[in-house]
Amino acid sequence: MGKTHLKMTVNGKDVELMAEPRQLLIHVLREELNLTGAHVGCESSHCGACTVDMNGMSVKSCTVFAAQAQHAEITTIEGLGSPDGLHALQEMFKEHHGLQCGYCTPGMITRAHRLLQENSNPSEEEVRFGISGNLCRCTGYQNIVKAILAAAAKMNEMKESA
Amino acid sequence: MIASAFEYHKPDTVDGVISLLSKWGDDARVVAGGHSLIPVMKQRMTDISHLIDLGGISELKGVSIDGDTITIGAMTTQHELATDEALAEAAPLIREASLQIADPQVRYMGTIGGNVANGDPANDMPGLMQTLDATYHLTGPAGKREVKARDFYEAAYFTAREDEEILTAISFAKPSGGFAYEKQKRKIGDYATAAAGVMITIVGGTCTAASVALTNLSDTPVYCGAAVDALVGSSLDDTTIKVAVAAAVDASDPVADTRGPVDFKKYVAGVIVKKAITSALARA
Ligand SMILES: Cc1cc2nc3c(=O)[nH]c(=O)nc-3n(C[C@H](O)[C@H](O)[C@H](O)COP(=O)(O)OP(=O)(O)OC[C@H]3O[C@@H](n4cnc5c(N)ncnc54)[C@H](O)[C@@H]3O)c2cc1C
Ligand code: FES
Ligand code: FES
Repeated sequence: MGKTHLKMTVNGKDVELMAEPRQLLIHVLREELNLTGAHVGCESSHCGACTVDMNGMSVKSCTVFAAQAQHAEITTIEGLGSPDGLHALQEMFKEHHGLQCGYCTPGMITRAHRLLQENSNPSEEEVRFGISGNLCRCTGYQNIVKAILAAAAKMNEMKESA
Repeated sequence: MIASAFEYHKPDTVDGVISLLSKWGDDARVVAGGHSLIPVMKQRMTDISHLIDLGGISELKGVSIDGDTITIGAMTTQHELATDEALAEAAPLIREASLQIADPQVRYMGTIGGNVANGDPANDMPGLMQTLDATYHLTGPAGKREVKARDFYEAAYFTAREDEEILTAISFAKPSGGFAYEKQKRKIGDYATAAAGVMITIVGGTCTAASVALTNLSDTPVYCGAAVDALVGSSLDDTTIKVAVAAAVDASDPVADTRGPVDFKKYVAGVIVKKAITSALARA
């Protein structure tokens, strides 16, 4: 029951490492790959702080075994933007005060990113339903919803002018 | 919370799974989406030395609608069920129920096969499968067999499936008439305090066919034959609906837990069944 050879594409880069099948994807990302953006909140599939994108799906990476991520394509918050090139979602979270302590934010933004890929023009209700797997203990969600709606508008604008 | 160590297998055929299950017996378990199993493994409430991933078997995936029969592969996810337009057209009840399961992240991973095979009375799909009178397709060392959903559940986590069998698909006749899946939960992402699936067909003002089933109100999903008997042949007047609701509540057998005491759950069951009958009626 040793380690297996794991190959994944993480934020566009091919990575290879040795991991035990039972290791959780969140721990592989944080501890083996040093990508500490996705957080561990509840570690029990409830809070969504560990949300990352895997093969086009938002997943709670505390509930995925490393072995299941073999050959997966993964995007974490680090893959969405950088401090000097913020993603529209990151910019709008900043502008609309969509975070306070910031603990839920990487999961929230990664989830919102997938939501906007699937529905580029969501209603407020669709945003609320779409982020219902992500808990925030600070903001009361109002500003998070505003930020996601503003990011959707901005992303659509950017698409049109491109 | 880290699961005990296990060996991981990912065969690409059903036969490959069956031969691993036959070889390792009780020490092996299949994993589908993992969103019921992994939490339990992390809490070390179960001991599994061989984990067999069904994710590599393409024949277990997808929805097919063939005339009057709808077949759904066991590895079809709840997200896929909720977003499949042809399925929503043929059996809108499936989308209605799927969207009430857990949250978006869980629905991307959780499969219909895992949801019905698990035997957890809190899962929503088993109750829905009672409503639809679905058939489960199993494959094991002795070949294939079919079991009606209404005969599948024996007690919490005990089902008619043998350890060395897997569920490959579910099928059911294309539903007609009005339908509803109503669920009372404390918050999004929660299991039901009470939920009910109802189908009603009306011809010329008379109810000619009906189906009523309950989720999380007993140690198995409950098909409410007495409630159906009350509805069928009636004009679905208020008195009849009251009798049917009372019969459904009578068929429930909830236990007290964090979702409330028994009396409360029976009360909620009555409210939910009435709501489901009323909205199925409005759509019939
Ligand atoms: C936070 C959270 C909230 C949830 N809320 C709900 C809810 O409201 N309603 C609800 O219904 N569910 C809920 N679930 C459960 C979720 O829907 C599960 O994904 C689902 O019940 C199981 O599907 P799975 O594919 O993940 O199965 P797994 O976890 O992989 O497997 C579950 C069990 O079934 C067995 N199994 C799986 N597939 C097969 C097969 N093809 N043949 C034989 N055996 C098989 C496995 O061996 C295991 O014992 C929730 C889960 C979480 C984490
Ligand atoms: S840490 Fe994964 S859902 Fe909370
Ligand atoms: S900003 Fe603190 S948990 Fe969301």
